[in-house]
Amino acid sequence: MSRARDFADLASAYSDGSLAGPNIIQNGDMAVSQRGTSLTSQTGTFYCVDRFKIIESADAVFTVAQSSTSPEGFNNSLKIDTTTADSSLSSAQYSSIVQNQEGLNLQHLNWGTANAKPLTISFHVRSNVTGTYCLLLVAKDATVKYQSQTYTIDSADTWEKKVLTYIGETTTAIPDDNSNSLWIEFCLGSGTGYTSGGATGQAWSSDTTKYYGGQGVNIMASTSNEFLLTGVQMEVGEVATPYKHESYGDNLFRCQRYYWQFGTGDPQYTPIGTGVSEGSFSNIDIFYPTKMRATPTIAYSGIQVFDGSTAEDVTGTRGSSAGLQSIHFQPNHGSLVVGRGVHAYLTGTSGYFSFDSEL
Amino acid sequence: MNEMNITSAKYGYGNSCINANIDSINITVPLDPDNRHYAEIKRQVDAGELTIEDAD
Repeated sequence: MSRARDFADLASAYSDGSLAGPNIIQNGDMAVSQRGTSLTSQTGTFYCVDRFKIIESADAVFTVAQSSTSPEGFNNSLKIDTTTADSSLSSAQYSSIVQNQEGLNLQHLNWGTANAKPLTISFHVRSNVTGTYCLLLVAKDATVKYQSQTYTIDSADTWEKKVLTYIGETTTAIPDDNSNSLWIEFCLGSGTGYTSGGATGQAWSSDTTKYYGGQGVNIMASTSNEFLLTGVQMEVGEVATPYKHESYGDNLFRCQRYYWQFGTGDPQYTPIGTGVSEGSFSNIDIFYPTKMRATPTIAYSGIQVFDGSTAEDVTGTRGSSAGLQSIHFQPNHGSLVVGRGVHAYLTGTSGYFSFDSEL
Repeated sequence: MNEMNITSAKYGYGNSCINANIDSINITVPLDPDNRHYAEIKRQVDAGELTIEDAD
């Protein structure tokens, strides 16, 4: 590419706003993986690296990992490894990698107006399975509508950079709130119920048969198959600019609006919160590192409460009053002295306490 | 498209939350319509697919 072309593209990107704004995608370089770096025997809906949801609705089983296999300029990727195959998908079976976006982050797109801005998605991908894949952009307001476009992996086991541009949506504004308003979806395989209509290309559709239109391969077909993804960037305009790297701290902070946790791997006695005992339960206050998108779901394991002389395992949740910035948590446990100050902590490196407000 | 497998749901003290087992994990869910777990619990209750037990 000539320097003149480079400058023209930069000018175009500046006009579209992508040079001034961040990558809309969080954790596009797969550097943050709070839930762990490898999850085996995964089916259904689950997360490994932050913000990227994996859906496996077929009969396959995955191992999903934050991999160190990565293209130049990156240190991590999201790796999907098929460990139990499903080579014969029924019409409605599929698998995909999804990142959802809330409307608060999307108001600069001007969707719902004649000046609706296009979006360009760039990413690095690698698989042993060459062929045609579908990358979907889904807009959700009163109805769900989408653009399904295709890209090809040309060489097996080789990192390739792909760029796809999607048109803006001129008829319906994105709600200015925390609801799930837009998502991208990398298809890993699909039954014909979602592919038979073909890809929409640069056009919006609600035709279910075009949802994963053009998807020609099935990563779930063999236990030899794997799919790796990193450097995912979605920006305003029709030009893909170089990946906007950010510090690990900034990346983590953006992810924590949707999920954060104490542990796993933090040492024994890592504090979670403090409070007061009422005997068989305690009142513990915990403050979040940032304002979360919605009141979070909590999950935990390997937690104890100590009243100065006795430590008791947490056996369940009596009740909780949670907000967007803190939670009043009432854990059940064995008998502690009523009225004593207590603190709750991880009992070991496998303990965790998580807060989930994913979309 | 999404999937959640909810095998149990029970209100916490004072109906302050719902203790549930979703996708084989015990979790505590706030009564917030913007929370994806609560939204799915409510959807399944409204569809007659799930009943939330009363608090102890």
